Amino acid sequence: MTAPLLTVDQLTKRFGGFVALDQVSLQVAQGERLGLIGPNGSGKSTLVNCISGTVPISSGRVLLDRERIDRLPPHRRAQLGLVRSFQLPRPFGSLTIADNLKVAMLYAGKPSSDSIHDLLALLGLEDKAGRLPRELTQIEMRKLELARAMAANPRLLIVDEVMAGLSHAEVDEIVELLLRLNEAGVTIVMIEHIMRAVMAFSQRLVCIVAGRKVADGDPREVTGDAHVLKAYLGE
Amino acid sequence: MVDPLAVLNAVVAGVLLGGFYAAVALGIAIAFGMLDIPNLAHPAFVVVGAFATWLLNSHFGIDPVLAGFLMAPLFFLLGLALYRLYHICFERRGEASLQGLAFFFGVLFITEVGLVLSAGADYRSVSAPYIGASLSFAGMVLPGRMLVPFVVSIAMIGLLHRFLARSFTGRAILAVSQDQTALRLMGVSPIRIKTLAFGLANATASIAGALLIIVEPVEPSIGRDFIGRAFAVVVLGGMGSFYGMLLASLILGITESLVSDMWNPSWAPAIAFGFLLPTLAFRSGGLLGRKL
Amino acid sequence: MTNLRFGLLGLALIVALWLAGRLVTNEYVFFAGYAVAQYILLATAWNLLGGYAGYVNFGTAAFFALGAYVSVAVNKLFEPPLIVLILVGALASGAVGLAMGYLTLKLRGVFFSIATLALAIVAQAVVTNWEFVGGSSGAYLLRPTAGPWGGSYVEYLFYVMLVMAVGAVVLARCIERSKIGFGLAAIRDDELVGEAYGVPTLRLKLLVTVLSGALMGMAGAPLPFYVAYLDPPSAFNLAYAVNTIAMPLIGGASTWVGPVIGAVLLTAVQETAMVTISSAANLMIVGLLMVLFISLAPNGIMGLLRGVRSRA
Repeated sequence: MTAPLLTVDQLTKRFGGFVALDQVSLQVAQGERLGLIGPNGSGKSTLVNCISGTVPISSGRVLLDRERIDRLPPHRRAQLGLVRSFQLPRPFGSLTIADNLKVAMLYAGKPSSDSIHDLLALLGLEDKAGRLPRELTQIEMRKLELARAMAANPRLLIVDEVMAGLSHAEVDEIVELLLRLNEAGVTIVMIEHIMRAVMAFSQRLVCIVAGRKVADGDPREVTGDAHVLKAYLGE
Repeated sequence: MVDPLAVLNAVVAGVLLGGFYAAVALGIAIAFGMLDIPNLAHPAFVVVGAFATWLLNSHFGIDPVLAGFLMAPLFFLLGLALYRLYHICFERRGEASLQGLAFFFGVLFITEVGLVLSAGADYRSVSAPYIGASLSFAGMVLPGRMLVPFVVSIAMIGLLHRFLARSFTGRAILAVSQDQTALRLMGVSPIRIKTLAFGLANATASIAGALLIIVEPVEPSIGRDFIGRAFAVVVLGGMGSFYGMLLASLILGITESLVSDMWNPSWAPAIAFGFLLPTLAFRSGGLLGRKL
Repeated sequence: MTNLRFGLLGLALIVALWLAGRLVTNEYVFFAGYAVAQYILLATAWNLLGGYAGYVNFGTAAFFALGAYVSVAVNKLFEPPLIVLILVGALASGAVGLAMGYLTLKLRGVFFSIATLALAIVAQAVVTNWEFVGGSSGAYLLRPTAGPWGGSYVEYLFYVMLVMAVGAVVLARCIERSKIGFGLAAIRDDELVGEAYGVPTLRLKLLVTVLSGALMGMAGAPLPFYVAYLDPPSAFNLAYAVNTIAMPLIGGASTWVGPVIGAVLLTAVQETAMVTISSAANLMIVGLLMVLFISLAPNGIMGLLRGVRSRA
């Protein structure tokens, strides 16, 4: 078996006295599609922030390709191919849609204006290339978030609830897109509440409840797991 | 040879001076420390308060401290208006940082030039029985022009602190600096609370202005000397902490007084910067406050 | 237009103004021209950090006056050619920018701004106590009667300032459209997201803080010769800080054109007001214009023009 692309080892994150993540360990293999689920406030987004470096970790290790990255600033991690999208779309407001992608491409990806156009076309945003983000609809904004993440040429892409608020057909469209991206060699971690999307996409599921990993394995088994059901449905 | 009595006198003078600085910084501790509104123009408003006090004192013979309190409601209303404008133009648009800072800087400049145009660039002073008098105590001299501002300042800070800790509105103001969502859940509009708090912050400028003109004669551009001091004290004290701000004011006052007496008064304005920069660089939480 | 073409255009402008200058006999034209060019340089320098990265520097006067006073000091020691003074001024102010940036740029922008405000006060205290350059009583300088290539010295100073101003504008335009420019825009819009997409935010902010400071120092270096008498209150005049912020914001801070338009417009307004009304009223106009523009037209004149064009 080859070494995992991403290793999270005994990661703990405390905010003051509150333990947001408690010794979480998980691995993501090269080329894998991992789904990360858990109730609201369970620590999923904190985990993403810790892996991408937006917040410092309290203890534990994060490795990308066996190299420790938990001390690196976020921009170094992005340049190494660890890219995340933001849960609430946060476009660069004064830049056009195309230039939003260009920033990611210049600093983390491989610059070429062809691929900006291709990416926009892939997500159906090609007509909006010269527009400003505030002219986009909510759905287009999500697509921009995804397009910008792709423009950073990720090896490991973490998509944080990119589908919330989308229609049935749009969810399918995005899942299809992520599957194609995965086929092209990108490892993807999907954080999502829409179970239909998670189940269609993931090869493996990890469930986090109250800052702890409670399940990790085959999607069907995880969703049938007693801990997971309890967390989602209550007693 | 350093005379211990001279040092003691300088320290006492510094404590009085620091107490007065706290009055000027109080408005910034509220507006910037708690509401996150970088009101650079506050010291200029303090100077406006000083000129208003001068007007009331020289024309009607009203006691300067009383004049400061009389003007406070007017300053409160002006504060409400200014916050509304700031909110509509910047905060709501999410452009609070760059444009908002430049806005307050512009307001500072307009206020200062406006004072020059309307009242002239001359120094103004007030008269009151305690201004020329002084208390002597165990070899120390406490001049009235420093003692009265010190006492009024401490009283004002104490009252405001009590108001914030005890009253419903006061607690809502404290809450707005921590968590706006929680406040909304309580059925209180954060914007209304912020407006009110900013009005209060502005009202303190009137009183601080009265104290300023008791301490020393005032000309329109004098407010600038206090911008660095007031912000340094708020940052050093820890954003949002009144006691921290007061403590930092006292430390600044004592240091300035020692430097002025023992060395050279022209370095005094630079000392605040000497505090500010290391605080920002190495201890951004200040003495007693949350981390930035 | 490529950067090279734009640079050549700038060069052509300098040559054209130099040729036009042959016809000018009135010294006042060069005095006024120097003031305009100086403000174009200062506003452009401010905008590198303020307009592009969104970090407000209130300490223009400090960087500018530091350049001027270092120039006085070095001139007193060696009397080197003006170009050396300009380089030393750039070095000194750039170094201060580096130190300030290193200490405060990790925090939110507002703290950097407050630190620059305090810097202006401390720098003035330092200069006031620096007896070698005249201290509080100021420094007199003998302005040479003629420039090195004939013509008056003021005329020479004007061309020197013009070259620096055009150079700064060309530099700003290059940066705006480069990888650095996109990185700065990301910092201005959302620093955290920029960082997450690979932008080395701290390094870029430091770079432009140093560059911006150095350009301000360069702008200050010839000042002692221009005014012939320099004292702290005039060198640290708050009007410098207000003008250099007002100009880009009125012109439009996100492009290189903005500061140029703003500088030309505001200097023209002030020169007129100075003659017709009083100098205090003059400052009032700048303050009011600035507050009006940032409240009502946050993207300045360029933003208004763009709005008109997109509606048409």
